[in-house]
Amino acid sequence: MRAAVVVFPGSNCDRDLAVAFRAAGAHVTMVWHKDTTLPDGIDLVGIPGGFSYGDYLRCGAIAAQSPICRAVRAHVDRGGYAFGVCNGFQVLAETGILPGALLRNAGLKYICKTVDLRVQTSSSAFTGAYNAGDVIGIPIAHHDGNYFADPETLTALNDQDRVAFRYVGNPNGSVGDIAGILSENRRVLGMMPHPERAADAGHGGTDGAALFRGLVGALAPA
Amino acid sequence: MKARVHVMLKTGVLDPQGEAVRHALGAMGFEGVTGVRQGKVIELDLAEGVTEADVREMCEKLLANTVIESYTVDMG
Repeated sequence: MRAAVVVFPGSNCDRDLAVAFRAAGAHVTMVWHKDTTLPDGIDLVGIPGGFSYGDYLRCGAIAAQSPICRAVRAHVDRGGYAFGVCNGFQVLAETGILPGALLRNAGLKYICKTVDLRVQTSSSAFTGAYNAGDVIGIPIAHHDGNYFADPETLTALNDQDRVAFRYVGNPNGSVGDIAGILSENRRVLGMMPHPERAADAGHGGTDGAALFRGLVGALAPA
Repeated sequence: MKARVHVMLKTGVLDPQGEAVRHALGAMGFEGVTGVRQGKVIELDLAEGVTEADVREMCEKLLANTVIESYTVDMG
């Protein structure tokens, strides 16, 4: 699998994401926010965590208008895969590639701890290495992770089996305990928790490794 | 010319910051505040010829996230 990881000013999980992809066997290229195109032959774009553009205006709002995001939008429109973690999820929501928005945590505090997630569906390239119902420990680190969507959107997400992960014990007020969602074609995943921070024994947990392993396996050339 | 854009969370979207302010006001002894909503004001300095329609387009595309926020525009 060939992946590109976007680097914005203020990204701080870009290398972690690249390390996790490489450990799973992917070939990774870093791309800069001012780039107007993605490298040829890319299967997946990773949008990392961090504080792109200082979180000015709204988290992810300025990044969503950057030159590279126009290329990401074109890649997704062609049926390409994309994976947004934390700030990357906020960027994907701000672009409209994924529905809904991430609000300030209900408790107003920045939360940094490992939480339990329930894998809601194994029916995607991202979650295929898990079983639906698995509970995995993955770190969160965010101030604005409170997922919001209108009732019609929530109904569609539920009916189409597009909720990838739910929190076991809701840390931030997210509607329906939603921690991560898939696009309609199931090729884009956005999630607030950081699987790339639970992908190596040195991290203190490896529950996130299966996501990268499964993704690389699913997207490997036949 | 100036434009002033008010951005507010939509009705029905929980505003935890406004709620914290309301709680603090009550704790300080200010009675009778039954709700607080917190938003933001964005002032734009505009060149000749920029219209309210242009500013509204800016709101739709960047200044507000219409999934969660509503906005009003005051020109002049």
